[in-house]
Amino acid sequence: MNILSLFVLIPALMLLGLWAARNLNQVRGVMVAGSSALLVLAVWLTVAYLQARGAGETAEMLFTASVMWYAPLHICYSVGVDGISVVMLLLSAIIVFTGTFASWKLKPLTKEYFLWFTLLSTGVFGFFISTDLFTMFMFYEVALIPMYLLIGVWGSGRKEYAAMKLTLMLMGGSAFLLIGILGIYYGAGAQTMDVLEIARMHNIPEDMQRVFFPAVFLGFGVLGALFPFHTWSPDGHASAPTAVSMLHAGVLMKLGGYGCFRVAMYLMPEGLAAWGDFFLVLTTISVVYGAFSAVVQTDLKYINAYSSVSHCGLVLFALLMMTRTSCTGAILQMLSHGLMTALFFALIGMIYGRTHTRDVRELNGLMKIMPFLAVGYVLAGLANLGLPGLSGFIAEMTVFVGSFEHTDVFHRTCTIIATTSIVVTAVYILRVVGKILYGTCRNPEHLKLTDATWDERVAVICLVACVAGLGLAPWWVSDTISLSVEPIVSQLCVLNP
Amino acid sequence: MEYTILILLLPALSFLLLALAGMKMSHRVSGLIGTVVLGAVAVLSYMAAYDYFSLPRQADGTYATLIPWNAEWLPFSGALHIDMGVLLDPISVMMLVVITTVSFMVHIYSFGYMKGERGFQRYYAFLSLFTFSMLGLVVATNIFQMYVFWELVGVSSYLLIGFYYTKPEAIAASKKAFIVTRFADLGFLIGILIYGFYVGTFSFTPTETGLMQGAMMLPLALGLMFVGGAGKSAMFPLHIWLPDAMEGPTPVSALIHAATMVVAGVYQVARMFPLYIAYAPDTLHIVAYVGAFTAFYAASVACVQSDIKRVLAFSTISQIGFMMVALGVCTGAPSHEGGLGYMASMFHLFTHAMFKALLFLGAGCIIHAVHSNEMSTMGGLRKYMPVTHVTFLIACLAISGIPPFSGFFSKDEILTACFAFSPVMGWVMTIIAGMTAFYMFRLYYGIFWGRENTALHAEHVPHESPLSMTFPLMVLAAITCVAGFIPFGHFVTGDGLSYDIHLDAGVATTSCVVAVVAIALATFMYARSEQPVADALARRFPKLHRAAYRRFYMDEAWMFVTKRVIFRCVSRPLAWFDRHVVDGFMNFLAWATNAAGEEVQPMQSGRIQGYVMWFMAGIIVLTLMLLLCL
Repeated sequence: MNILSLFVLIPALMLLGLWAARNLNQVRGVMVAGSSALLVLAVWLTVAYLQARGAGETAEMLFTASVMWYAPLHICYSVGVDGISVVMLLLSAIIVFTGTFASWKLKPLTKEYFLWFTLLSTGVFGFFISTDLFTMFMFYEVALIPMYLLIGVWGSGRKEYAAMKLTLMLMGGSAFLLIGILGIYYGAGAQTMDVLEIARMHNIPEDMQRVFFPAVFLGFGVLGALFPFHTWSPDGHASAPTAVSMLHAGVLMKLGGYGCFRVAMYLMPEGLAAWGDFFLVLTTISVVYGAFSAVVQTDLKYINAYSSVSHCGLVLFALLMMTRTSCTGAILQMLSHGLMTALFFALIGMIYGRTHTRDVRELNGLMKIMPFLAVGYVLAGLANLGLPGLSGFIAEMTVFVGSFEHTDVFHRTCTIIATTSIVVTAVYILRVVGKILYGTCRNPEHLKLTDATWDERVAVICLVACVAGLGLAPWWVSDTISLSVEPIVSQLCVLNP
Repeated sequence: MEYTILILLLPALSFLLLALAGMKMSHRVSGLIGTVVLGAVAVLSYMAAYDYFSLPRQADGTYATLIPWNAEWLPFSGALHIDMGVLLDPISVMMLVVITTVSFMVHIYSFGYMKGERGFQRYYAFLSLFTFSMLGLVVATNIFQMYVFWELVGVSSYLLIGFYYTKPEAIAASKKAFIVTRFADLGFLIGILIYGFYVGTFSFTPTETGLMQGAMMLPLALGLMFVGGAGKSAMFPLHIWLPDAMEGPTPVSALIHAATMVVAGVYQVARMFPLYIAYAPDTLHIVAYVGAFTAFYAASVACVQSDIKRVLAFSTISQIGFMMVALGVCTGAPSHEGGLGYMASMFHLFTHAMFKALLFLGAGCIIHAVHSNEMSTMGGLRKYMPVTHVTFLIACLAISGIPPFSGFFSKDEILTACFAFSPVMGWVMTIIAGMTAFYMFRLYYGIFWGRENTALHAEHVPHESPLSMTFPLMVLAAITCVAGFIPFGHFVTGDGLSYDIHLDAGVATTSCVVAVVAIALATFMYARSEQPVADALARRFPKLHRAAYRRFYMDEAWMFVTKRVIFRCVSRPLAWFDRHVVDGFMNFLAWATNAAGEEVQPMQSGRIQGYVMWFMAGIIVLTLMLLLCL
């Protein structure tokens, strides 16, 4: 059996296990065992992948397998991974693992919560291993739907409104996506749904591409928080429970960037040529607009949500720059943003769980009260503002160096506007750190609070280690990604010299 | 020279150890770990310097540039990648000596100064982090490695300024320092990107073809890089963070904000110097003018400040201005004519690091004794603190340019270079040197002479500091006394060739006379307990005095830009726009869908008559349409 199918099989087994679990400890046991197995599997896959590449394997996708599913429409269950999906799988496994620990004490309906949580993970893993358009779309939907319940039932604040808004906006996006996918399928002669095959044939008529490229790009772009379709993000994140925010910002938003790259851009390069500049303007706006909006927010999660708009905007921005370096940077930025945002949301959740407020005006002096969480927060902040040695720096620098390879005024202007975000990021990060962590605690209630418990420490330490590890030793990740970006970018470059 | 990698690794390990396990250690153990490691690093640096300068010179008379370590760290594309490594050449070796010496002294000093402070271990961890970053910056093999460590020194500075994190001023100051330098670093980054793209490498020594391609863009790239340097080195108008940075512990001010990090900008210009000379001489002259203006501005502000650390901070800004000017007045003229300023600048960097660290550490002793930064609480301290007094005096004489102290020699070379550039520049800088002597002696008299604050001193008798604090003072004072006689020109010069420093008699005499006159003026105005002249001047020109005291309202101007313009006029409206227009539109869509549903709902009434009516109406309309079409 194909090793990649385990990524769907293990969550499926976890679902069974959760369904059979009788008490809290059994639920936790299943979750820890399952998410650890996924993490081990992801690490093992990474090693195996690197070894295969080291041994001179040159195929675009490795570990491929395909099973016919519905012949009339050529729908297959086809899997395969390249460097991009390998790192995304690794990222997802890390976030699922830490997310489990971050929701260790979640109540009520713990079992049901984890059921939906696992179902969501199934969708995410399935999406990243798929190479078939339809299967991809199916897993994408599987990942979206549980979000509605997870926010609507276990959320906080205006949770019903937020859940409805998030689901409707993302569903709106996937309606576009479905149209786009059908367009690709029929455009390519209705012979196959396989991404690699369609890319190889490269026979979608140019006028069809011009119509369907924006549909697919927008469909995925909504999930990637593309301006002006990002407004689900602040409300959704603010209401979602901790681990859901982590998984959503950390992984689900990456589905957007990944889909834009692998489906929209890869399969419809002529469409990209026609629409690229338009979307580039939107993403440039996202980058700067998100950063400036974050400066004046007062809710910790809103700050982070807008920061995500800015950082995910940078992902799409880098992709649209269409150079090999910038696309490598985009994937690195997805990885880096996933890790550090998950860390951020985990910490915010832990702080909120203690203080019952996320308002920066009501929090102060937490450094003395909960030093562990506070130090974690500072590290997450420093990673976010691109401190060398942590993951944000390498991603941003790769993006900027790659974007600078364009010499025309339009791209240069966009690049320079986007670089200014690094200053604004520093402003909103340090503002929050100064306000909530430093100073003296003025709320006597907060003085009694305790620092992180062991389960929280596991989540935080694991994420900090990943952020620092990526930031200190970036060469292998960068090489792996760069190698896999190459075939896709060369597809673009043929048409966009 | 492979062992030089240890100079980087040891402080990094000490940082990791102290950061991860520091809180479990006692103060003494953590302090000892930091100090011993730094001592070892200092010894290694001296060894490296000795070994490096004992190597035979190359055939063309210069010292070879050695790269004992270099490894690719982050690949971008074929030609562009960030490397991490160690580069040894005269200036980086010189900087290694400066950084490790001052850092080691500060480590020892902090034992006494920070005794019993909460967060002692954290303090030593941050010091290690800073030393590591600063060493990494100076031995950088390429411009991007420099940027990486540049950011790291920035964050160490942020952490150390905000060391007393419960103090609102310290929080604000640390934030300001980071954001202002970050803003400047944006220029640095774009400069690097331009350099990398057009020259095709991040290395300091590009290929000939790369330079041919990039020659047009080099002035722009170097100019933008200088913006970053100006931010770090507190050049006007990006200097505003440095005076506030004095909220950090005083030894930190000595190490970071006087001796090492703030000269990173000077070092950066010196590092790119061959490119400036060959491709961007005009940009180099901009550096000179910025430096000269900053030197003048800061000197005039320093004359009226009352907080002793702020006086020293403005004096630092002014002295860095001198170094920038010295680099900026260089030209491509052959032999040592054009490149004299380069040597002078590096020489002044070296001597200034020693005596300015000494001044700050001395100020630390004083603050330790009187528990205040304000000059009004001091006065007459010479009786209580003899060691601090003598060493402080030596440093004041050195910075004023009185022979035979080190500052005289380095400043003299700077002035000679300035006179060679243009007489106007020479005279301007001579006058600023005079102002330096004036405000330093105003400070000196204000602290050690003048009226004693008897009421305060009766309550709490000032006392000399413990040996751990006075020992570094004595070491640095000794260096200040002899450093002027180091044959600096043999080691570091613009073109790499050996050069005998000789004093230009005219310039030396002029500068000495100016300094002595300025000191005499300061003595006349401030040495006694009553200061009628100074008070009268302040009364005569109240506006000027207030403006200078408020640093010519530069902070207010920046505050206006950030708070009013960016915060209120950009961020607020954007956030409002997002919530009410963009999101409002989404909500409107949802509402419209809902409302449309409500509108259509009555049609699904369940009454057959209604359905039949609509059905008939539909048939009629369709039939009519068919008939009309046919």
